[in-house]
Amino acid sequence: MRIEGKGRIDRGNKISFRFDGRDHHGFAADTLASALMAEGVRLMGRSFKYHRPRGVLTLGSEEPNALVTVGRGLAADPNTRATMQEIYEGLEARSQNRWPSLDFDLMGVNDLAAPFLGAGFYYKTFMWPKAFWEKLYEPVIRRAAGLGALSGKADGERCDKAFAFCDVLVIGGGPAGLMAALSAAQAGADVILCEEENGLGGRLRYEDEEIGGGRAHLWADDMAERLAAMENVRIMTRTAVTGAFDQGTFGALQRVSHHLAKPGKRPRETFWRIAAKRAVLCAGALERHIAFRDNDRPGVMMAGALRGYLNRFGTVPGRNVAVFGNNSDAHRTARDLAQAGVNVVALIDSRHDAENLAGDVPFYPGAQVVRGLGRKGLDGIVLRLPNGREERFAVQALGVSGGWNPSVHLTCHMNGRPVWDERLLAFVPKDGAVPGMRVAGAARGRFSTAECLKEGADAGLEAAKALGFSGDLPRVPDAEAGRYRIGRLMAVAGKGRAWLDFQNDVTVKDVKQAAAENFRSVEHMKRYTTQGMATDQGKSSNVLALAVLADATGREIPETGTTTFRPPYTPVAIAALGAGAEGKGFAPERLTTSDESTRARGAPMIEAGLWYRPSYFPRAGEETWRDSCDREVRMVRENVGVCDVSTLGKIALQGRDVGAFLDFVYANTFSTLKPGRVRYGIMLREDGHVMDDGTTARLSETSWVLTTTTAAAGQVVRHLDWVRQAFCPNMDVRFVSETEQWAQFAVAGPKARELVNDLLDTPIDGEVFPFMACAERQICGVKGRLFRISFSGEHAYEVAVPARYGASLFGLLADRAEAMGGGAYGMEALNVLRIEKGHITHAEIHGRTTAFDIGFQRMLSGKKEFIGKALAARPGLLEESREQLVGLRALKPEQPLPAGGHLFETDAEPIRENDLGYITSTCFSPTLGETRALAFLRNGRARHGDRIRMVDHLRDQVTWCEVTDPVAFDPEGGRLRD
Amino acid sequence: MTDLIAKTPCAGLLPVSHGGWSLSEVDCGPITWLAPFHGQAEALDAALQTAHGLGLPRPGNSTRAGAARCLWFGKEQVMLTGVEPGDALAQCAAMSDQSDGWAVVRLEGADGADVLARLVPIDLRPSAFPDGAVARTLCQHMTVTILRENVDALVIFAFRSMAKTLVHDVETAMVSVAAQHAAP
Amino acid sequence: MRITCPICGERDRREFYYQGAASMLDRPDPDADGQVWSDYLHLRDNPAGLTRELWYHEAGCGAWLIVERNTVTHEIIGTELVEAADAD
Repeated sequence: MRIEGKGRIDRGNKISFRFDGRDHHGFAADTLASALMAEGVRLMGRSFKYHRPRGVLTLGSEEPNALVTVGRGLAADPNTRATMQEIYEGLEARSQNRWPSLDFDLMGVNDLAAPFLGAGFYYKTFMWPKAFWEKLYEPVIRRAAGLGALSGKADGERCDKAFAFCDVLVIGGGPAGLMAALSAAQAGADVILCEEENGLGGRLRYEDEEIGGGRAHLWADDMAERLAAMENVRIMTRTAVTGAFDQGTFGALQRVSHHLAKPGKRPRETFWRIAAKRAVLCAGALERHIAFRDNDRPGVMMAGALRGYLNRFGTVPGRNVAVFGNNSDAHRTARDLAQAGVNVVALIDSRHDAENLAGDVPFYPGAQVVRGLGRKGLDGIVLRLPNGREERFAVQALGVSGGWNPSVHLTCHMNGRPVWDERLLAFVPKDGAVPGMRVAGAARGRFSTAECLKEGADAGLEAAKALGFSGDLPRVPDAEAGRYRIGRLMAVAGKGRAWLDFQNDVTVKDVKQAAAENFRSVEHMKRYTTQGMATDQGKSSNVLALAVLADATGREIPETGTTTFRPPYTPVAIAALGAGAEGKGFAPERLTTSDESTRARGAPMIEAGLWYRPSYFPRAGEETWRDSCDREVRMVRENVGVCDVSTLGKIALQGRDVGAFLDFVYANTFSTLKPGRVRYGIMLREDGHVMDDGTTARLSETSWVLTTTTAAAGQVVRHLDWVRQAFCPNMDVRFVSETEQWAQFAVAGPKARELVNDLLDTPIDGEVFPFMACAERQICGVKGRLFRISFSGEHAYEVAVPARYGASLFGLLADRAEAMGGGAYGMEALNVLRIEKGHITHAEIHGRTTAFDIGFQRMLSGKKEFIGKALAARPGLLEESREQLVGLRALKPEQPLPAGGHLFETDAEPIRENDLGYITSTCFSPTLGETRALAFLRNGRARHGDRIRMVDHLRDQVTWCEVTDPVAFDPEGGRLRD
Repeated sequence: MTDLIAKTPCAGLLPVSHGGWSLSEVDCGPITWLAPFHGQAEALDAALQTAHGLGLPRPGNSTRAGAARCLWFGKEQVMLTGVEPGDALAQCAAMSDQSDGWAVVRLEGADGADVLARLVPIDLRPSAFPDGAVARTLCQHMTVTILRENVDALVIFAFRSMAKTLVHDVETAMVSVAAQHAAP
Repeated sequence: MRITCPICGERDRREFYYQGAASMLDRPDPDADGQVWSDYLHLRDNPAGLTRELWYHEAGCGAWLIVERNTVTHEIIGTELVEAADAD
């Protein structure tokens, strides 16, 4: 219900929305919770385990009960706290965790079964028979459990991520935060002020008090304007700082468009990573509950929240209200309610010596509320007076204050532990728990507004000064300076279920049960009872649970300790953390210059690292990829083929010491390479295994180009940087990747020279350009590069032009090749061609193979030192019994030899103990008319000609095959030298 | 003899505009990678002065003379843009023609740093990244070089092969931030 | 986590590639005993406290760094170039 004349909402601006299918109305600046409260709705959700009816408890992000789903379909946002959801025209919200309706929930039967469902119930009950867990128990429990539900489909709405930087980050925009931001900014620091709510002021927005002789909330508005006008202040509202990380990094979640009826192209949320040189934590304090029987009835709220709804929104949950507390702050609630004309039936303070600070209201010092009455809504309370007599009151709302907990969470994110303060009966942050971060105001246990203003101003200035700024303290206005007093009361003794954690349905009895079963450590108790889990992380109940555990185990609270506060402070959707990385944002796409033309020719693309390369180029009449692949292989072997090889890494090296440097990074020798020549090389890791292979061309005396495989290009650059910087700092060698500069195409086949000569300004022949020659050449009038190298085993060239001409040259090459009876070929054919020739790729040099294994041991130079030399010589890496590279041919030509298949003697049982090796690459060779494979086989080089058996357990395939040399086609290499 | 046709990295992708921002392709002219040989940094500085009237930039900076600009581009390396490199540079530096290797785009409009804050993990506001400043950093997942030309223009150099992704990522950020700058 | 590159200044951790212990810099003499090489390859300290590590500013200037870090507090005590500073 709404109180006339109260609240700071825009009553001229009426807004309609729907909750559980019913129309409701509120005003601009209302939250879903305040608007529903104004309309008399108290029941807003059902609890997780027992499906107990629950109402709104708080007015902030700590809300455990009023969780709703906003929106529908893909955009549905479950577990939205009604206390944080601003209403807008057309807002549609649904309650959760109930079926068929919030009012009548069949799962409410769980509540009747509660005596059997206490702490540890699942652990004890669903133990056996063992097979039942997967088949029966888990599916049933999963269906019943869960907090809200996602659509199960890819999220249609976008989240953003962003980075921000500042000198001083002020976390929280209450009185302390406002002053901290002002004093730091006035000193000249670049300030970011983050506030979780939709405006600045913190508690001042919810209180009826004065600052500097004016209304406190108006003072906050003035401050907000003043700060907003400063160029070095950035105010981020609706932004909760969720985590404190190393070196001044903070995570923060901005709710960008949850409050908008028409978000347009705005993201829903933005996850910020803020790098701050200093931080001031002004996160305020959160009120905690008191455990008593049925303290969870809708209408029972935090006293500070009850007061806040009244002052900010002009709403109360009922006409007759009581307030129950153990501290002086509860009195303010009774005072404000009474002044607003609400019928305050009782102010109950458990402290016997308490004075009434609320004015003319019935006051019950030394009394306790022992029970809440009603089911779907509170309709009364039972009071136990100091003399033991019990009395009933009819009320629709009860404000409860078990004291205030400083919001220490962020101070604990880097292993800091808070300290128990016996005066406040609360944990306070330890100084210096997060390097560079100071805590000020209520977050430090300084609860009066006057203290908050002063501490904030001090902390802000100090943060700025630590960064070399200087300035004076801003004038701190007069403000409320009342002293906070509290007496210890966590749980009221008595029968029945007294609730601690509303969200997870944990009772005092559950915690005692945990202690009785020897879960005495607070971390064990938490996991056994689920106390403090899920979206609210027990913000209003953890300290109570600790106190109960301490009592039950005969310890004090400091000894008992707290559970660990971990990020995030408030829930952050995975969609926000991973923002920007979905769909096209997942990874960059690297496209070659021939990409458009290749796709236009109908080639299906495959990913090679980040690159996209053609699988094959289908032609009319070809029905399967094999048809195309076989044709492309024959094309290369018989005529000429063209293939884009621009994806291979190309690294230019220059300087006097390039030769010496290459000698050190490659296992074989390069310093002897003559200008105009190309040499193949292998690079080892320091542990003696092969890292990468490729050709290096010496274009001139001082200019070299090294190629890497497509997959290892990044790794090789990193490795070269490492070797040069760590071991060769004085060598005169400089290098840079030229991969992007050049579009490079392989032209392979008996007619390769004919095709290449068609494009060269000056034609070549075998004499001026023999196998392994290289040179800069004019190609169609453009300065390019020509290499006579071959991966296919054919007479072949690689032609390179600056990338701007790549698309044009590819089109030209492919067209002319077609006219000559050839054409473009893709990765499938390239793979067949190289398998026929026994050429390796990373399928063979996969990180666990040595030069010895692949038959390249003689490439390891004995005359020089190189990376990997010492460790490649370890005896274990040179034993003949190692798995060595061989070729395999299927005895029945069309039978498959799948990669991953394992090798066995023909008469051996195909089990692990008899395993002799495995297949790495496979193809059907149209040239040889049989299935070919490359494989690693124990002692394989000595077994050429042997028959063995391939067993692929996964595909249930057995193929008899013959061991051969890896080079199956043209072993003398006559074709490529032709 | 057939003539080869040149194509720019962002052909068909740019320009685009959203809100107060536009993204367009930049033709830098020749781009030459220069890395002073061992102990030759001062000699390269002098050679650049003689040939092009600009000096070797310090890390994180660029130098400029007319159409020529020299950008720091990483440890012991710079990129000379806008002019064909003088022959004398080869005496003291390794050189590589990179004119075709880079997709270069310019984001124009006030507070371009707000857009790139969605993608780039460094502070690009003019106070921290003034005119002529250069950084090697990330743009979403791509390693890039960013140059501030002036208060309203940031230039991004990314791998040519990633041009499409670069445009996609920056445009996505432009759309999002433009929507947020607009009144609700 | 933020690391100060001696060349580029303070940067987010995502720009860096992590390699491992800085002991990889102490590459044994080519003729050193097999055991020495084996120790170099395999043995690593696992301290609760100060540790020296190799990081590579991969999405930055391309410098290899030695980062001295406290594994307990996560404090970064200092960074320096693997290569002698005067080689630049």
